[in-house]
Amino acid sequence: MNSKQASQFVLITIIFVTVLAALFVLPKPLGSKFLPWQLGLDLIGGSSVVYQVDLAGIPKGEWDEAVAGLKEVIEKRVNLYGVAEPKVTVAKKGDTYQLLVDLAGVKDVEGAIKQIGETPHLDFREVVEKEGGTDYRSTELTGRYLTKAYLDFDELGRPLVNLEFNEKGTELFRQITARNIGKPLAIFVDDSLLQAPTVAGEINGPAQITFGAATAQEQVLEEARVLVKRFNAGALSAPIVQIHQRTVSPTTAEDALRSIIIAGLFGTLLVMLFMLGYYRLMGIFAAVALVIYTILTLAVFKIIPNFTMTLAGIAGFVLSIGMAVDANILIFERTREELKKGLSKVSAIEEGFRRAWPSIRDSNVTTIITAIILWYLTSSFVKGFALTLGIGVIVSMFSAIFVTRTMLRVFTKNES
Amino acid sequence: MTWILKHKNYFLIGSIVLILLGGLSITVFGFKLGIDFTSGSLWQVKIPNASPADVKNAFSTDFGVGEVGLSFDSSSQVYSLTFKEITDDDRQVYLRGLKEKFGGEVESLDFWTISPVVSEELKRKAILAIILVMFAISIYIAFAFRKVSRPISSWKYGLVTLFTLVHDVAIPAGLFAILGKFTGATVDTNFVVALLFVMGFSVHDTIVVFDRVRENLTLFKDKLKLDEIVNQSILQTLHRSVNTTLTLVLVLLAIYFLGPEGIRLFVLTILVGTVAGAYSSILVASPLLALWGKRGEN
Repeated sequence: MNSKQASQFVLITIIFVTVLAALFVLPKPLGSKFLPWQLGLDLIGGSSVVYQVDLAGIPKGEWDEAVAGLKEVIEKRVNLYGVAEPKVTVAKKGDTYQLLVDLAGVKDVEGAIKQIGETPHLDFREVVEKEGGTDYRSTELTGRYLTKAYLDFDELGRPLVNLEFNEKGTELFRQITARNIGKPLAIFVDDSLLQAPTVAGEINGPAQITFGAATAQEQVLEEARVLVKRFNAGALSAPIVQIHQRTVSPTTAEDALRSIIIAGLFGTLLVMLFMLGYYRLMGIFAAVALVIYTILTLAVFKIIPNFTMTLAGIAGFVLSIGMAVDANILIFERTREELKKGLSKVSAIEEGFRRAWPSIRDSNVTTIITAIILWYLTSSFVKGFALTLGIGVIVSMFSAIFVTRTMLRVFTKNES
Repeated sequence: MTWILKHKNYFLIGSIVLILLGGLSITVFGFKLGIDFTSGSLWQVKIPNASPADVKNAFSTDFGVGEVGLSFDSSSQVYSLTFKEITDDDRQVYLRGLKEKFGGEVESLDFWTISPVVSEELKRKAILAIILVMFAISIYIAFAFRKVSRPISSWKYGLVTLFTLVHDVAIPAGLFAILGKFTGATVDTNFVVALLFVMGFSVHDTIVVFDRVRENLTLFKDKLKLDEIVNQSILQTLHRSVNTTLTLVLVLLAIYFLGPEGIRLFVLTILVGTVAGAYSSILVASPLLALWGKRGEN
């Protein structure tokens, strides 16, 4: 097998891989069965909400655990609301924690956000009597240890809300009740005092909230029921504050998706026509390499686990299409120069590739540097742009150099 | 033919004038910052049967919200309203109110709320990113050209790059200060990303010319003057400098005219920056290098 045959073999492999990649990338007929594209909320509509977690009442060593608990509770709540695949992620920035809730493709976004907002924050506080009033001292016992809430009735027929804790919570509750015998213990929901029943003795079991005077039975019962329902859907271990919300309507999103795809296709076509018009025969190879580039890059995006395509991401990718032929331009211009010097076609092409390489490498490195800095210094939306741009540039080096060179090696005849 | 180098002073003065104009319009007009840098809420609503005055009126009298920023796109009848931070519940209330007043065709399109915690961080990171990219690229260029030390030492390649990057950023930034003043265009995260992209891209052409200068220096060091070498390098690489920019411009034009409304200003920033970048790469970077290298020779 001589070198030309080797190139032919490589080219056939590239084409084969590209065809497979195309089947994988296109939504129909096979692509979506295997692994559907995940689109961001700016492309299908939906909402993204960021909450800041207030961890003031929790010892520093337990923050990670507490936030993980919060995440679970919020996931549970949006799931209850019927969100297909809510995405809740924790972002830790120094000493602050944020919860990012993505509700892409959700129809009733308002309801879902409200649902999260209604998650109760439960904690128990010790009561310290002092001059001029009462002080409440926070304890470690919060909603994060809650496993179950259920409604019961005491011997007088008054509604009782039982709060069952896990092992650690039960132990905490035992200790707290033990040191507060004869004193009131305050139960706070959403930072407001619900009740402060007096502790009769050490309790090794569930906490009970009695709903007092049986005057307005119905109303009291309803109140207890609501509380149980809210607690069962999860209680927060720490208060959360909404700091960021972005909601995109499905119509805007659909328009954006359609028009960016049209613009991308049209832009790609323009670049291909330019390459054909300016570089003629060599331009054909650049145009084919560009198609291969587009398909392979999309396949790479799709393979990345949890990759979500956003508008910014597609924009970054389309820009990378405009840059992908740059390496070809550098190579072809250099090849033309070498041809003028009197080199044979084959050696002019090889020389063109060799001489253009340092410029191609250096200029792509600067774009990769930019993409990396962008990735680290921006929020989730722009991260998509940084990622697609960076990956695009790396794949373009492969397509513009390796793929084009292989094609030129196969199809160039040396007429010397 | 050494016309580029003969006129290098004009090109350099042109560049400095453009940078100063950019700086001037920024100091005179200032930037109109987007809510991601100022914090607050942005709400886009489609209200077909109303005039901007009606909408403004609805907010100030019916809802009792005085401080509403309002911009209106008459072709799509979409209003962009900016508030101090409002909650999603507030928005629901306003939406119901608007529907009562202007009919059921009122449609909520896009809602965005950013608290001061987030906006402060975004602002800090945006400035940091611009500075980091500028220096990282310049240092990389100084590093990439480390093997050529005569007659121009490699750190000068880096510094010249830094100057061209300032040029490429100052022009779109100045333009946005003017646009902000007259059309209400805001400077937001997208704008910063566009500037970063421009820096990463515009240096490509600079590298191509520098690379050719480096090659020609080793070939003709003893035969030609520095000016001639630089001039020749620019002319030899002119086609590729123009063509690489052109392919990107084609794609940018396609997105500008056919792409979504929301990223039009983003694309415009890149378009202006890319053209400014082509100018600085071809007509500023290498002449500046020649000017500086010559002083080293004497």
